[in-house]
Amino acid sequence: MSSIAKPIANGRSATGIPTARLITWWVIASEIVIFGGLLAVYIMHRLGHPEWGAAAAHTNTVAGAFNTFVLLTSSLCAVLAHKAADEHNGPRAAKLLCLTSLGGLIFLTIKGFEWAKDIREGFVISSGGFWSYYYTLAGLHGLHVLAGMIIMLIVAADAAKNQELQRVECIGLYWHFVDIVWIFLFPLLYIAR
Amino acid sequence: MSETMTTESHVHHPDYVKIWAVLVALLLVSVGGAMSNIRGVVLVAAFGVALVKAYLVAKNFMHVTVEKRFVPYLLLMMIAFIVILFAGVAPDVMKHGGLRWSNDAAKQTVESGMKAAPKNE
Repeated sequence: MSSIAKPIANGRSATGIPTARLITWWVIASEIVIFGGLLAVYIMHRLGHPEWGAAAAHTNTVAGAFNTFVLLTSSLCAVLAHKAADEHNGPRAAKLLCLTSLGGLIFLTIKGFEWAKDIREGFVISSGGFWSYYYTLAGLHGLHVLAGMIIMLIVAADAAKNQELQRVECIGLYWHFVDIVWIFLFPLLYIAR
Repeated sequence: MSETMTTESHVHHPDYVKIWAVLVALLLVSVGGAMSNIRGVVLVAAFGVALVKAYLVAKNFMHVTVEKRFVPYLLLMMIAFIVILFAGVAPDVMKHGGLRWSNDAAKQTVESGMKAAPKNE
């Protein structure tokens, strides 16, 4: 560990791992409860309402699958950025983080087109139980993607100057979690009919 | 620069591109399975593959398995809370009637919904 005076979140590791990473794990733990609770409630309603299958048939599986591909690829960029940071190659880590953010932007753009089409066809959040969950789950996930993109660009700005490279792994952990949430949302919202 | 402190390289970096290729292949399997329209195949291809994909991301990209042991325990504890929530609430939501109760509104919603829905099988 470095002996340079640093904020406590960067240097202290009372639990055996740096506090910044510990905080990231706590954030992820709390997010598991948020998304897990929503998913659990959606699944139990979905099982109790077979008629939702007809509504689910309106979602675009190809768009959902492509968005899964985009998020998996952006996760690859995030973990390669972590590797670059471990090798003290800040500029490469920054480039890879920017690519990860670009993945998030592509994801949100496709989601925007999808939602616009759904809304044009009359499927809005109040159209029924399925659509209520669809917009809530995908919307909350989209907000997490947006937040991740913004934080990632801030981390990338520092990483480009070889500063605060420990943050690259933390934002990567968050991004992978957002990816995992989508891995479950895709079959639930786009495949199960 | 003096501020190049990174995490204390606690992970071995595997071939991430290979893992990504496996994840993409699994995605294709889940989409292919979904197109089969056979209920069992769809469920396994969608949710079974999703579990495998999530495990691969957690293990190889998040390095959960080489993290301090309390971290995976912490995450598993959160998942256990969700299981408890599901077990406690699901019977009331998934069933629309029991020995001394009946959720008539839900029954009507399902009936009218099924009548209105186009037959897809």
